[in-house]
Amino acid sequence: MPQVMTAYDVPTGDVVYWRGDGWTRDVREAVAFDDATLAEAASTRDAVAQKVMDHYPIDVELKDGKPWPTRYREVVRASGPSVRLDLGKQAEL
Amino acid sequence: MYQYDNFDQAILDARVEEFRDQVGRRLSGELTEEQFRPLRLMNGVYLQLHAYMLRIAIPYGTLNTKQVRMLGHVARTYDKGYGHFTTRQNIQFNWIRLQDTPDIIRDLSTVGLHSIQTSGNCIRNTTADQFAGATAEEVTDPRVWAEVLRQWSTFHPEYSFLPRKFKVAITAADNDRAAVQWHDVGIVIHKNEAGELGFRVLAGGGMGRTPIIGKVVREWLPQQHFLSYLEALMRVYNRYGRRDNIYKARIKILVHELGIEKFREEVEAEWQEVLKTFQDIDPREVERIAANFAPPPFETLADTDAGFDAALTADAEFAKWVKQNVSAHKAPGYAIATLSLKPIGGIPGDASADQLDAVADLADQFSFGEVRVTHEQNLVLPHVKKADLFVLWQELVKQELATSNAGLLSDIIACPGLDYCTLANARAIPVAQDIAKRFADIERQRDVGELKIKISGCINACGHHHAGHIGILGVDKRGEENFQITLGGSGAEDASLGKIIGPGFDYDGVINAVETIVETYRSIRNEGERFLDTYRRVSVQPFKDAVYGSN
Repeated sequence: MPQVMTAYDVPTGDVVYWRGDGWTRDVREAVAFDDATLAEAASTRDAVAQKVMDHYPIDVELKDGKPWPTRYREVVRASGPSVRLDLGKQAEL
Repeated sequence: MYQYDNFDQAILDARVEEFRDQVGRRLSGELTEEQFRPLRLMNGVYLQLHAYMLRIAIPYGTLNTKQVRMLGHVARTYDKGYGHFTTRQNIQFNWIRLQDTPDIIRDLSTVGLHSIQTSGNCIRNTTADQFAGATAEEVTDPRVWAEVLRQWSTFHPEYSFLPRKFKVAITAADNDRAAVQWHDVGIVIHKNEAGELGFRVLAGGGMGRTPIIGKVVREWLPQQHFLSYLEALMRVYNRYGRRDNIYKARIKILVHELGIEKFREEVEAEWQEVLKTFQDIDPREVERIAANFAPPPFETLADTDAGFDAALTADAEFAKWVKQNVSAHKAPGYAIATLSLKPIGGIPGDASADQLDAVADLADQFSFGEVRVTHEQNLVLPHVKKADLFVLWQELVKQELATSNAGLLSDIIACPGLDYCTLANARAIPVAQDIAKRFADIERQRDVGELKIKISGCINACGHHHAGHIGILGVDKRGEENFQITLGGSGAEDASLGKIIGPGFDYDGVINAVETIVETYRSIRNEGERFLDTYRRVSVQPFKDAVYGSN
């Protein structure tokens, strides 16, 4: 199953995903991979630089070629609270 | 209410500057997350599912209107326009940016608010009866002693690194609205035959993965020894509490493993040692603190009011609200009004910035500028003239704060659950919303009567499911949300631990099961019998049969 790397942005606490050339707030822009090595290296570098924190890979499926989390917890993280559809990434992106 | 003096303010000001420096060093990369985490937690800054979360202490659930407006200001300026009142009478903001936190705690400090004791293995913010100072049921105002406790425990060096967090609740009424038996330490102030005030001290209660009801350590503690006795109790916990295993580190495990008799012996022996050197609080200092909680200048009124009585007759909706959400006050002609933060289909405990501003205005106009937060995630205006209730209610209706459901089945406690919390395994808020919608007809709820539903999205039990007449616990079952139902819990003076009814349910299944349980109760209850009492009479079987079928 493909994966993407996620983390939290340090100054804002926002949920972010590795895009290959930097971090994006939109999981659909994340780069999906079968081997986490490259994304892991980039995350570790940015974590050491204190730009992001708590990074880990999540399982995704590709919808129209774009990654989307499979676990419900990660869907909520990528979207926003299911009880406030007017808030979070689901409202902003 | 208690006014911070220069000493308190100096502490807060120093704290703001210290935290600003710490955040600055984190943002510059000088501090790693590992180094910074304990520092931010000491200031109530958590990292949650979507962002940082800031938890603000509301000591004993009492706020003045400047503070309520400040919470509205924080919601509007730094968050997404709302805050969430918790089961510990605190408030949380869900969308906080780290870079804003020094300014937020500076703003809060200008009105005596802070995040001290909202996280970490310290003595947490003390909770109390939300009707304190207003109900005739109490023998004294418990907030005086909660404030003594706050001053004693704040930054107490010996109790800043306890084996685990430590929660104290205090009440001075027989009707327990503070769930004291479910706390690490519960204090019940009562009177002896000589009319003197003293404390019943309980210890070892708690929820989480090992729910245990607190036990009485001492039935009667003369009030002058309040702090020396707690000092002894804390020392015993600090010495013997299980630091080796986070799941066994709460005092409930120590009391359980030692047994209450042995634990009591240890505390009493330690107390004798403490008394040799410890200076118990000077009664004059208690008087000084108590003066801050002097009753507001109540007018001398008749207990009945013709206008109020006429409104009750003329407006059935108002009458329903009064019956359900208004409680007796100790002063003739006054009443206690509970403002429901549980509109049908709403998010339990959420309040918008506009609502907070409105509550502050209404409290200024009708309740001597005082607001309370309940552990059941509602607000209270404690001192309202009966003559003003109708006007107040009309204003509350406009603010969607007048749902007539206090104590009814839609007055549900729910933790933030998977919608906000990193620890959660399942959603809690939508379950509460869908149960409330299923029973949207308030008449049906009134017919059911008192029914406390409490929902947690994980085993940590922030939603108090163990103490729910109907408790719901969300778990993860092979990647799917699954919900276990418990019956027969209580957080009141008749505290009890709910028992699991049987196998769990999927999302739709749990809503249906709750309805089946409620309808079963209606079909087998005796006249005037509460749900909890019916359950205690017939036990689990009829409910089990109804939910799962007799085979």
